Amino acid sequence: MGDQPLIRWDWIARNWDDPVGTRLLEHIQLALVPILIGLLIAVPLGVVCARWRWLYPSVFTGVNILYAVPSIALFFLLLPYTGFTQWTAIIPLSLYTLAILVPNVVDGLYQVPQHVRQAAIAMGFSPLRRLIQVELPIALPVAIAGLRVAAVATISMVSVASLVGLGGLGQLILTDGFRRQFPTPIIVGIVLSVLLAFLVDGLLVLMQRLLTPWTRGSERAARRTSAARREAGAGTTAPATDTGSRRAEAT
Amino acid sequence: MITFTGITKRYPDGTIAVDDLDIEIPAGRTTVFVGPSGCGKTTSLRMINRMVEPTTGLITVEGQDIRDRDPAVLRRSIGYVIQQAGLFPHRTIVDNIATVPFLLGWGKPRARARARELMELVGLQPEQAKRYPHQLSGGQQQRVGVARALAADPPVLLMDEPFSAVDPVVRTSLQDELIRLQAELHKTIVFVTHDIDEAVKLGDSIAVFRPGGKLAQLDTPERLLANPVDSFVEGFIGYDRGVRRLSFFPARLLTPRTDTVVGDDVQAGRARELALRSGEPWLLVVDGERGPRGWVSTETLGAADPGTVVGSLDLVDYGHVFTVETDSLRAALDAAVLSPAGRAVGVDADGRVVGVVAQSELGSAIWSVGAEEAPTAEPVRSDG
Ligand SMILES: Nc1ncnc2c1ncn2[C@@H]1O[C@H](COP(=O)(O)OP(=O)(O)OP(=O)(O)O)[C@@H](O)[C@H]1O
Ligand SMILES: [Mg+2]
Repeated sequence: MGDQPLIRWDWIARNWDDPVGTRLLEHIQLALVPILIGLLIAVPLGVVCARWRWLYPSVFTGVNILYAVPSIALFFLLLPYTGFTQWTAIIPLSLYTLAILVPNVVDGLYQVPQHVRQAAIAMGFSPLRRLIQVELPIALPVAIAGLRVAAVATISMVSVASLVGLGGLGQLILTDGFRRQFPTPIIVGIVLSVLLAFLVDGLLVLMQRLLTPWTRGSERAARRTSAARREAGAGTTAPATDTGSRRAEAT
Repeated sequence: MITFTGITKRYPDGTIAVDDLDIEIPAGRTTVFVGPSGCGKTTSLRMINRMVEPTTGLITVEGQDIRDRDPAVLRRSIGYVIQQAGLFPHRTIVDNIATVPFLLGWGKPRARARARELMELVGLQPEQAKRYPHQLSGGQQQRVGVARALAADPPVLLMDEPFSAVDPVVRTSLQDELIRLQAELHKTIVFVTHDIDEAVKLGDSIAVFRPGGKLAQLDTPERLLANPVDSFVEGFIGYDRGVRRLSFFPARLLTPRTDTVVGDDVQAGRARELALRSGEPWLLVVDGERGPRGWVSTETLGAADPGTVVGSLDLVDYGHVFTVETDSLRAALDAAVLSPAGRAVGVDADGRVVGVVAQSELGSAIWSVGAEEAPTAEPVRSDG
C-alpha cells in the first residue's frame, strides 16, 4: 500500500455521504432483512419441531447442511435467477440464520418445565393460547440469545456478499480499498461493520431486558448471556465449525 | 359429587394404570387417594379434568358426563394443585393467581383484585404480589399454587401431592391452613398423597389403591384404621395404626386424678402421707395458680425433712402436658410416654392443672376404645 498514511481523514470527509453512508445503509438493510425473514421462518418451524419431536433431527440436519455450504457458492448459484438484486444476498443470509435460530427456538421450548406445561393445561389454556402466553414467553431468553448470535453473524457475513458486487460495507473494502491499494476505506469498512454489530447486539440485550423482566437477577439468565457472547465472537470465518459450539449451548 | 363408574385406563404402551374403578366422591368433602407409587392415583385424578381420557367407563361431575364438556372450559371450573406448584416463571405472583380469571375473560382490575384477596386468604404478604415465583420459598410457592387453584372459586379442587416437596414444619402449617380453608369454603377436594398421616389428618374419607390400579378400600379414616379390609391395606397404613387411631378419641374420656396433686407450700411430711394413701410413687407439685412445677418421688419425700415445703425440694421436670378438653387420647399417651414419671399432666385451656393420668388409667381407656367405634369421625385436633 506504498507510502500512503493508514488513514486519510480528508478522504473520509469527502466520501462520508457517498459511498460510506450509502454502503452503511445498504449493509444495515442487507443484514436486517435476512434476520427478520429468518425469525419469521424459524419461530413457526421451531414450534413445529418442538411439538412433533420426531421432525426435529431431520430439520436440524437440514439447516446445518445449508449452513455448511460456503456463502460465496450460494451467491453464485442464485445469481442466474435473482441477478444483481439484493435478493441474491438476502436469500442465503436468511437461510444461514435458520441454523442458529431454529435450534434456539426449539431449545427454548424444550426448557419449559413439564410441570409448568401440565399446570397450564390444567388451568384450562387452549393449545394456541398456551403456546403464546406460556411456552413462547418462557422460551424467549434462549431464543433471544440465539437471535444475538444470528444478528452478529449476519452483519459480518454481509461483507462477503460484496464480493459478488451486492453492496454493503464490503464493497467499500473491496472496490475502494483493496483494488486501489488504499487502506483508509478498508479500515472505515471494518470499523463501521464492527460498530454496527455491537450496536445491534446492545439493542438486543436491551430488548431482552425489557421483554423478560423475570430473568433479571436470576443466575440462569446470566449463564445464557455469557454463552451468547462467546458465540458472537466466533464470527463468519468458519461457519461449518460454528455449529459445534452452538450445539454445546443447546444442551 | 364426582362419580367414577367402571373406569379403566390402559396407556398406549399397555400399562393398566386404573382397573375398573367405581368410586363416589361426595361434594363439599375431602377425599384422599393413597397408595404405593404407580398404583394409578395421579391417573385417576387427571381423568377428572380430562387431562387423561379413560379407556372405558363414565365419569360425572355434578351429575354431568364430563365428555360432554369442552376440556379447556371444564378445567377452568376445576382447581388443580401439583407438587412443584407449576407456577408460571414469567408471571408475577398476582398474575399467576389471576390466571384462570384472565382465561375466563374477567377484566384485569377485577382479576387482580380477586388475586390479592386470595393472597390474603392463603397467608401471603401483599408486598409479594409483584415478585416472580423464583423469588419465593417452596412453601410460599405452594401457597401461591393453592391460591391460583382457588381464584375462580371452582367447586372442585384436585391436589396431587401438593405438600410433599416442602419440609415437615412447612408441610404441617400448609395442612393446617388447608383444613382451615376447607372449613370455610367446603370445596369438593380430591387429594393425592403417599403419606397415611396426611391422609388421616385431611381426609373425610380415604381411598386406598393397590398396585395395578384397583381400589382396595374406601372408608372414613377412623374405620380404615380400625378395620383394614386385608393385609395389604393393613401393611400400607402401618402397624402402628392402633396408636394413630387414638387420635379419634378425645382425652375427655379420661378421668384425671386430683389426689396426687399437691401445692408447693405443702410440707414434705404431709405430702408423704398423701402419696402413701394414694399408692402412687409420684406426686405433681403445682404453684399457687395451679400451674405445674414438677414431679416429686416418694423417695425424695422420705429423705427430706418433714417440715420443709415441697416447693423447695428437687423436682423432676414435668415434660409435656395435654389439654383435657381439646386434645386426643393420642396426645395424652404421648405426654405419658415422654413424662419422666410415666404419667401425663392434664391441663385446662389456661394451662392450670386438671389432674394426673396414671398409666393404668390410660391403659384401660385405650383398651376400652379398642373394641368401640370412635365417637367422632373427625380427628380430635388441638391448637397446640
Ligand atoms: N403417560 C403414560 N404412559 C404410559 N404409562 C403411564 C403414563 N402415565 C403413567 N403411566 C403408568 O401408569 C401407572 C400409574 O401411574 P400414576 O402416575 O397414575 O401413578 P401414581 O399412583 O400417581 O404414582 P406416584 O405415587 O408415583 O405418583 C404407572 O405404572 C405408570 O408407570
Ligand atoms: Mg402420582
